[in-house]
Amino acid sequence: MQLSKTRRGRIGERLNEYFSTIGGLSLFTVEFFKTFLVPPYEFAEIKKHMDELGVKTLPIVSVTGFIIGLVLAMQSQPVLIRFGAESFLPGMVALTVVRELGPVLTAIIFAGRVSSGIGAELGSMRVTEQIDAMEVSAVNPFKYLVVTRVIACTLILPVLTVYVIFIAIMGGYIAITLSQSMNFNYYVNSLMLSIRFGDFVPGVAKTFVFGFIVGMVGAYKGYTAENGTEGVGKASTTSVVVSSLIILLFDMVLVKLTLWLWPT
Amino acid sequence: MADLMVNIKNLSKAFDSHKVLDKISLNVEKGENLVVFGRSGTGKSVLLKCIIGLMTPDEGDIVVDGQEMLKLSYSQLNEVRKNIGFLFQSGALYDSMTVKENLAFPLYRHFNLPQSEVEERVVKTLEMVSLLDAIDKMPSELSGGMRKRIALARSIITEPKLMLYDEPTTGLDPLTTKEISELILELQKKLNMTSIAVTHDLICANIIADRAIFLKDAVIAYEGTISELTSSQDKFLQNFFSTEVIKA
Repeated sequence: MQLSKTRRGRIGERLNEYFSTIGGLSLFTVEFFKTFLVPPYEFAEIKKHMDELGVKTLPIVSVTGFIIGLVLAMQSQPVLIRFGAESFLPGMVALTVVRELGPVLTAIIFAGRVSSGIGAELGSMRVTEQIDAMEVSAVNPFKYLVVTRVIACTLILPVLTVYVIFIAIMGGYIAITLSQSMNFNYYVNSLMLSIRFGDFVPGVAKTFVFGFIVGMVGAYKGYTAENGTEGVGKASTTSVVVSSLIILLFDMVLVKLTLWLWPT
Repeated sequence: MADLMVNIKNLSKAFDSHKVLDKISLNVEKGENLVVFGRSGTGKSVLLKCIIGLMTPDEGDIVVDGQEMLKLSYSQLNEVRKNIGFLFQSGALYDSMTVKENLAFPLYRHFNLPQSEVEERVVKTLEMVSLLDAIDKMPSELSGGMRKRIALARSIITEPKLMLYDEPTTGLDPLTTKEISELILELQKKLNMTSIAVTHDLICANIIADRAIFLKDAVIAYEGTISELTSSQDKFLQNFFSTEVIKA
């Protein structure tokens, strides 16, 4: 079957856009590493962005974390009862949340909330010439706008992830107590016995990478936005799609890597 | 050469196959106010952006205050930029900052001044543009004319030697245009600046220009004082300026 000329053109355009994004993002990342160690260091801006991003994301990750823990425990309980392994429930909830669900879901939510925000903010600054204004006033806009946001994302996501893990574990406990009585101390002891160093550290450590991805993609899409307000909208939406996709791809690689470093 | 603030030689710039500047050569003396006329899309803003290094020309040389702009490293370029002010067509005020923060931004970045002195300079500059009342406002709370004035204040707060104006009066009514133009002239005299202004606006050009050039077909097609250009017998110029007069 032969593809029509228009269809081929569209596929070509998509492929071109896809490879342009990969190429552009790679160069953008190289630029980041070339810039971020060079003074001046914008500590005040980084702190400001960390405050903003943390506050902005806290409500949504709190709700999500609680529901993850709650639903996970509710879904797992009947299955474990069927196999007579109900006592493993706290450990199972904790392991699932610590190793995978907590880091990945927090990162995906963070991407939806923050990457789009950075994309829209920088995109709007680009199309209204604010980035050019910064450049002509002899301030490196890449350093001031991009590097600070990427570092803030990289540092704040692990903090949010630890918080989400805690909330999810609490959600799990509430789900269990809704159907049976369980002592809180027993729940905590049980899950503490199940979690090892090799479960917690890699799970949280990979969120540094996820945070970096979220910041980098959002900043790249916004910083390179063009075509007026349409470009700002596109920067905002595509940054969520691209960052979520890259997070999932990196998760595959990082899971394999952590299993190799900390075999179960 | 010693008295030249800007010296451009054989500057060319094209976007794909569309050539917007074709081997342009131009000198601007220190203290001179040059106006660049031309129809939309004839490379006027591109010329300004090449001068300040926002765009890289395809060929040619640009010397600003003795510095060869195209041969400078990024940090050297930034050192030269500290002596150049740029007024954007849209104002380009940082919309997440108040007026005070917008003005203080370049001072905090480049001058090791105590906060009291920064505040003093912000107040003094806002007084120059008669907008001290707007000091704590956000850019979104300002009218078009006020935004232009604040943007002008931000670009002159570092007391640059060279000012580049990209359509400083576009979108303003004739009276505000006149006020802004007179303000530009007054500030230039007060701060002893050289300026290059891109504009379509005859009111503005009449007030600020010592000399004018006209870009057409990617080259400097006409050059002279405003009265020489407006009284020219050239059909194209007559047509252009008669339309501008009707608009004004």
